[in-house]
Amino acid sequence: MKIHEYQGKEIFRRYGVPTPRGIPCFSVEEAVAAAQRLGGKVWVVKAQIHAGGRGKGGGVKVAKSPDEVRAHAKKILGMQLVTHQTGPEGQKVRRLLIEEGANIAKELYVGLVVDRGTQKVALMASSEGGMDIEQVAAKTPERIHKVFVDPQAGLAEGEAREVARRIGVPEGALGDAARLLQGLYRCFWETDASLVEVNPLIVTRDGRVVALDAKINFDDNALFRHEDIVALRDLDEEDPLEIEASRHDLNYISLDGRIGCMVNGAGLAMATMDTIKLFGGSPANFLDVGGGATAEKVTAAFKIMLSNPKVKAILVNIFGGIMKCDTIATGVVAAAREVKLAVPLVVRMKGTNEDLGKQILKDSGLPIISADNMADAAQKVVASLAQKKATAKPKSKLQSKPKAKPKKKPAAKKKAKAKGKKK
Amino acid sequence: MSILIDRNTRVVTQGITGKTGMFHTQTSRAYANGKACYVAGVNPKKAGENFDGIPIYGTVRDARDKAGVNTSVIYVPPPFAAAAIWEAVEADLDLVICITEGIPVRDMIEVRDRMRKQGRRTRLVGPNCPGVITPGEIKIGIMPGHIHKPGRVGVVSRSGTLTYEAVGQLTELGIGQSSAVGIGGDPVNGMKHVDVLKLFNDDPGTDAVIMIGEIGGSDEEDAARWVKQHMTKPVVGFIAGVTAPPGKRMGHAGAIISGGKGTAQEKLAVMESCGIRVTRNPAEMGKLLRSALR
Repeated sequence: MKIHEYQGKEIFRRYGVPTPRGIPCFSVEEAVAAAQRLGGKVWVVKAQIHAGGRGKGGGVKVAKSPDEVRAHAKKILGMQLVTHQTGPEGQKVRRLLIEEGANIAKELYVGLVVDRGTQKVALMASSEGGMDIEQVAAKTPERIHKVFVDPQAGLAEGEAREVARRIGVPEGALGDAARLLQGLYRCFWETDASLVEVNPLIVTRDGRVVALDAKINFDDNALFRHEDIVALRDLDEEDPLEIEASRHDLNYISLDGRIGCMVNGAGLAMATMDTIKLFGGSPANFLDVGGGATAEKVTAAFKIMLSNPKVKAILVNIFGGIMKCDTIATGVVAAAREVKLAVPLVVRMKGTNEDLGKQILKDSGLPIISADNMADAAQKVVASLAQKKATAKPKSKLQSKPKAKPKKKPAAKKKAKAKGKKK
Repeated sequence: MSILIDRNTRVVTQGITGKTGMFHTQTSRAYANGKACYVAGVNPKKAGENFDGIPIYGTVRDARDKAGVNTSVIYVPPPFAAAAIWEAVEADLDLVICITEGIPVRDMIEVRDRMRKQGRRTRLVGPNCPGVITPGEIKIGIMPGHIHKPGRVGVVSRSGTLTYEAVGQLTELGIGQSSAVGIGGDPVNGMKHVDVLKLFNDDPGTDAVIMIGEIGGSDEEDAARWVKQHMTKPVVGFIAGVTAPPGKRMGHAGAIISGGKGTAQEKLAVMESCGIRVTRNPAEMGKLLRSALR
């Protein structure tokens, strides 16, 4: 789970990590009032969205008067902010953070992640703050210093001090910097974070170390023990289809292609997407229905896939183990009927009660295309798209199908969105 | 022959009284020598009772002392699963297989750290895995037993259904399996690809191995480098997630491309450079293995 910068900074302060003073705002008036309340002569108006790269996209502006705060807030609130992490459509800005300006002498970088190799939390720090840290890692890896923290002992003061020294914190600020790093580590550990990133961490002209940014992601599996963090979730920042999917215990991720896929198991789902690509198609989503899919779950999965207007064909790939193929087939038939399926559907089923499942599909009378293996399924679903294109031009028998589509899809989409917001 | 488990393995189910634990203990017991292998369950509140004739003990240690178990399988819910792993490790079992999905990463970091610091000999498979099977002898986990066939090919994989896919293809080609091991899709887990490959290399009953990986981390690369140096048997491979975009978690907690690392292309390239034959088509895993056997 992700949270906003201003929420991250509130958590930082609880761990003794210094941040600039700031006030979150939801309107232009609030922004101007916040600047006045903060006082001073320089403010920063920062768009609050979950994606990174906000500065480059025009979502962070410095203001030198309340009028400038107003002007920037007006411009940024409500804009579709496009960054390298949002995709081309961008993300709508609904919240702002108004912060006091900072006197920056040095920009540094600090990040914490779980290192799979050592199975410890890795603290990464660099003198190259404010930059794209992935580029620093690629071009000048010697400028990134790592500490793998002992889980029992935590980040020791000596270790923290040494890292601070290496990234160029001045001698006089080393004690403060060490305490800040230790605070960040405790924050990571105690909140069950999966990522804590401060870019930049600054040294001010008067020698203080301050977290100018705050990015925290949390381990979804640990949210059950952090009610306070769950309360910070902002559903506006999440894909409505992904929210809807999570309500049905489905694992769904939107992608850019045209072929919807429904698969059981994460690895097999990825492999199915890869096979579609291998045969010239492009997947519209990742969808893992999990091990215990019921007919209701399959129907929900179909509705979610079809809410995406880009979906022009569907591939179902099930390896039935515990889950029986006949159960899945019944679910698929029911779902196809309920949503009045108008796009080609290719089904590949393997495993327990395979023949029974295939018979159910056949007897349904629905135009379901059956496939023998993954490659066959991928080829057939890609071919079905090409065929549709070819037949769409002469406007022949297929006319009834395309007609049904536009009616249904926008409705389904609205529904999913509304549901997502309610939650 | 096989690795990790065989007909002589004696198993305790931790979480035997839960819905999942009950169901899979029943189906596992119905497979091959399951009746002789599944000898104990653990639930501190139900010690002295039994499930379907399997005696329930209060602790893993008790199950070890009284029922002679050397292996545990865990279906305990996520908040308590890491503690269950530690209990089995403390009881000094040979092997712990943790099926549970959704354990907080921090809990796993703590358990793994304690295992290392205390120099524990217990092997851990999982969590978030389908388990281990030695076809025709014993099945420990949630995989469908009937798709397997006893034989001489090893299978190791991070994902469940993709393992079944590989096994299904092999069986269809008439190629049996020595053992199939699902190591799980979590970022912090027990045995890794390389650990399982070492066992297959030493197993006289295994002639070749299919290694299946996915995006995220560098386990597959580490295993590939070991294969180049030490493996005496052919290894073929597949990596899922060529189409996965960076920064999006593909179901498994560990399946994420971050910081430009852990891409499928990178893994495939390293594997190929280390002499592992790979396919981009997951429908061809069985055929690729067959060609490597000749």
